[in-house]
Amino acid sequence: MIRASHLRKVYKNRSRSSPVVAVDDVSFEVAAGEIVGLLGPNGAGKTTTMQMLTTLTRPTSGTAQVSGYDLATQARHVRGAIGYVSQRGSASEDSTVGEELVDYGMLHGLSPTDALARGRTLAERYRLDDLWDRVVVTLSGGQRRRLDIAMSLVHSPRLVFLDEPTVGLDPGSRASLWTHVRELRDTAGLTVLLSTHYLDEADALCDRLLVISGGRLIADGPPAQIKRMMGPDTLTITAASETELPDLLTVLTEATGEKPEVSGLDVSVRFAGGTGALATVLARIDAASLATESVELRPPTLDEAFLALTSKEVTA
Amino acid sequence: MSVARSTAVMFRRQLRGTLRKRVYLAVGLAQPVLYLALFGPLLGAFVEQLGANPYTLLVPGLLVQQAVIGSLFVGFGLLRDMQAGVLDAQRVTPASRWALLTGRTLYNVLDAAVQGLILVALGFALGMRADGLGTVVGFLLVLLLTAAFCAAGYGLAMTLKNQQTFGVLVNAISLPVLLLSGVLIPMSVAPGWLQAVSSVLPTTHIVTGVRAAFTGDITSTAVLAGLLWTVGITIAAFSYGGRAFARANQ
Repeated sequence: MIRASHLRKVYKNRSRSSPVVAVDDVSFEVAAGEIVGLLGPNGAGKTTTMQMLTTLTRPTSGTAQVSGYDLATQARHVRGAIGYVSQRGSASEDSTVGEELVDYGMLHGLSPTDALARGRTLAERYRLDDLWDRVVVTLSGGQRRRLDIAMSLVHSPRLVFLDEPTVGLDPGSRASLWTHVRELRDTAGLTVLLSTHYLDEADALCDRLLVISGGRLIADGPPAQIKRMMGPDTLTITAASETELPDLLTVLTEATGEKPEVSGLDVSVRFAGGTGALATVLARIDAASLATESVELRPPTLDEAFLALTSKEVTA
Repeated sequence: MSVARSTAVMFRRQLRGTLRKRVYLAVGLAQPVLYLALFGPLLGAFVEQLGANPYTLLVPGLLVQQAVIGSLFVGFGLLRDMQAGVLDAQRVTPASRWALLTGRTLYNVLDAAVQGLILVALGFALGMRADGLGTVVGFLLVLLLTAAFCAAGYGLAMTLKNQQTFGVLVNAISLPVLLLSGVLIPMSVAPGWLQAVSSVLPTTHIVTGVRAAFTGDITSTAVLAGLLWTVGITIAAFSYGGRAFARANQ
């Protein structure tokens, strides 16, 4: 669905002497039916990448095929084949829900009758049918986001770009939107490229992540693989009392060869051994007659992986 | 895909927005009335020097002022749409870039026509003396000028992408037009050096042409010069505005 090759975008910066490299030599592919997350901190180049792939911004160099069309020479075909929701929204505050759906259907070439029928179908699917005559400015953030997504689907595209779709939404609206994004793939069979800086969102929604930092692609893989790039699990043992702490530290240091960290009664250490080795560690704690409150073996979170990846990038 | 259909959609969207904002609509329509009501009497004090009824001079001038300055300001609406993501949503559709520009512009021309008709009707009511056919010719010239400056305003907004910078530039263009083109007071009463500076501005020739048309002298060189300047500006403005809409963000 998307084949991006060595995309690069350089902005001339009037206030600085040197130009700003927003996206630097980014190459990736997205297969049909995937939900792929473009993950990165603010200013990483996510939106610029999206804008290049949606024909809004011309790449300084590099090429891309989007929905089978060449980005540089077949921009109009690309536009007809994709849906796009920008992080700022799409709907005009002056229009009603129904007017927006019909107008965008017509801008995509549908007849007024077809645009109305398609708009009604989408309004029903995205729980906007009761809001059909409501002016957009009166909608809640979640309702507007649902309308933005419905507007991006009026022409039945096979590929949808969602640029930070849940920014500014409350947790309930966010969860509801996640359901709709999953439905795009599971029910409608669409391919989705979404950008986000919410790691839980990337973890929950995406089949694959493209981690971008400083304009460069620094990791590409499923969320579990990205997490594994962070390294081993973390073993946290909570001591029963402060008097147990020194001996617990000694046992854990000897058993793992790593330096534990102490927080209150919690002693945490990087632990690569898995559950088999954990039994040995627990046996040594038992042999030392140390009283503990709890034991937790936790894989790295995407947050930790992300921070590790992007900080490496910053310090490199 | 029909360019006409996309143009019609864009026109309808603009019209709908204005009809929903009744306060803006009222303020917009009141503006020419206020100019006539508050500036006309001032000009009336100089009837002898001007050699004409003040409204015969003022109405064509105000029409040109509205066509130039009022039209440039439409760029602010585009910048609002840009910031709200609305423009990107439209530019990601396969709709013709020309349709995105001309649909908006046609609405602005309708808006200007309604305001202009109120101005002309009030002018006649207040004693303006003008030829019927000449008024129609002058009015059409003003509508063409409106389209040109709207296209230029949209093009500038697309290029600058910043409300503050856009505002500064529009003011920089508006001030000489307002002061040096004889919009409010004919430059014939100005000192020689000021008339020389004024003659450099295309808008001076357009104001003179529209005034000449209103008097019924539609075959005069003044009208021809005004028409040629207007057509030239229109071609340049639409070429620039069209390119600005078609160009991907740089």
